[in-house]
Amino acid sequence: MILYLLKRLGVFVASTAVAGVLVFAFMAVLPGDPAEVALGVNATPEAVAALRAEFGTDRPAVTQFADWFGGLVTGDFGTSYVTSAPIGPQIAERLNVTVALVLGGMVIALLIAVPAGTFAAVHHRNPVGAAISAASQVGIAVPAFLAGILLVFVFAVKAQALPSGGYVPIADDPAEWLRSLLLPWLSLGLVQGAVLTRYVRSAVLDVMRDDYLRTARAKGRGRMGALWRHGLRNASVPVVTVLGLQLATLLIGAVVVERVFVIPGLGDLLLNGVAGRDLLLVQGVVMVLVAAVLLINFLVDVAYAALDPRLRGAR
Amino acid sequence: MRGRLNASLVAGGVLVAIVVLAALVSFVWTPHDPTLVDAAGKLREPGDGYLLGADKFGRDTFSQLMVGARTTLYVGIVAVGIAALIGTPLGVLAGMTPLGWLSELIMRVNDLVFAFPALLLAVMLGAVYGAGTLTAMIAIGVATVPAFARVARAATMQVMVTDYILAARAAGRRRTAVAFRHVLPNISSVLIVQASVSFAIAILAEAALSFLGFGTRPPIPSWGRMLQESQELLFSTPRLALWPGLAIALAVLGFNLLGDGLRDYLDPKLRRIRAER
Repeated sequence: MILYLLKRLGVFVASTAVAGVLVFAFMAVLPGDPAEVALGVNATPEAVAALRAEFGTDRPAVTQFADWFGGLVTGDFGTSYVTSAPIGPQIAERLNVTVALVLGGMVIALLIAVPAGTFAAVHHRNPVGAAISAASQVGIAVPAFLAGILLVFVFAVKAQALPSGGYVPIADDPAEWLRSLLLPWLSLGLVQGAVLTRYVRSAVLDVMRDDYLRTARAKGRGRMGALWRHGLRNASVPVVTVLGLQLATLLIGAVVVERVFVIPGLGDLLLNGVAGRDLLLVQGVVMVLVAAVLLINFLVDVAYAALDPRLRGAR
Repeated sequence: MRGRLNASLVAGGVLVAIVVLAALVSFVWTPHDPTLVDAAGKLREPGDGYLLGADKFGRDTFSQLMVGARTTLYVGIVAVGIAALIGTPLGVLAGMTPLGWLSELIMRVNDLVFAFPALLLAVMLGAVYGAGTLTAMIAIGVATVPAFARVARAATMQVMVTDYILAARAAGRRRTAVAFRHVLPNISSVLIVQASVSFAIAILAEAALSFLGFGTRPPIPSWGRMLQESQELLFSTPRLALWPGLAIALAVLGFNLLGDGLRDYLDPKLRRIRAER
């Protein structure tokens, strides 16, 4: 078990380092010298050289990379070439917002998918089960940002019950924070819930056909009792994998949903960075998002082993 | 043995056919010029030759939807093409030597590419080369490579343990010949299903990118940008969001259903299991 975890951890660390090289190399081919861009066309060569030295962009690429990547480990993302503000605190502040958005979306997705998927599996031969399957198929076809626009139309334009956009920090007003995030959460959660429902249904269907469940039923447990006691843990193995993949999808989906609801999260920071050609900021945000996806994959592997001991020896 | 037509296949086929037809017809005919700005016809109500009305620039919504279908299919075909052409050979190679270092390397690189979702790639490519349809297609295509590689690898591993592969190898066939004559034809149905599902994902990605301004540039109509442009008018003219939204959802639903239907149609074993359920 320890060996398995160490191996996975090694893969995670190595992948993150390689991803760092890729992100850095990609941004390094960007046309335009940050110092020249910052000073404008009338700058003297001496001024540009001085600013290059200040930014550190006159050093060899390998040194720049080592400096940047080494800084990431301690949370130092460098200083923006455009705004001169340190990037790390900006990312940390925005990350809080995005994480709250993603986790809330995931909770709603699970609240929908686990009961709906289990119900659809248990009643797979009757019309209600089929209707749930059909509804989830339709839900998968709706992108989160479209769900967001529809929700704004229903709850902000028609019912005028919730704000159509904007964000209130939790420290300012917890109730308003909740109100400002409710529609974004639903946009992400409804769509992901539809995706997950299909996997929960098929995982539960699979375990329902297994011998141990039949044995449990034969011993006198009810259908739901047997599923609860023996089935859910086994059904959870494939679901956890999908959950991990979906968490990564949610993180990226949040970038778009933040645009719909004008929420100051990481996606908003990234897109503003691109618009303002804030190279180092874009590089930092992309790296955080990629590292988050890799971290999620690592955690899924760990959860795998915790849920199904057979898998530990298999690798 | 091939299966019979099933409901998913028919429904998906019909939806996809509508999108393809709209795109094809738009090459020779649209009710109005979809890019023609007409100040007098600003936010024109449906009717009077404008079936679905006009947007804030007076452009005909129906014509824009038709040409938007073209953009959607164009991006989907190129993106899925890139993914299939790169991912399939890599997956087959990894599947034919599942325990070798090459397989391990391919799958590790695959995992790494997987950590770069289409949206991030498109934003990065857009920052370097300028955002547009081409960067969106490449980003979506590259991001879809891991899905093809994984599916191709898994399917190849299943085929490699069959007797006919053993016989072919014993008869002295070379690896490349085995790959082209025996493996590829036998995993093609899995790849076709994957292509259909990936097409649906590509449509979603293109719409999201256009919505963010990293996809198709104006004035070329695209469903995602129509949605983005409609958002500020949601309070006064919600129909502008309704039509492109519906188009995206129905196109994605169509390709997903087609994928499900093809899976059942091409794999009789699976159909039997489903029938038992």
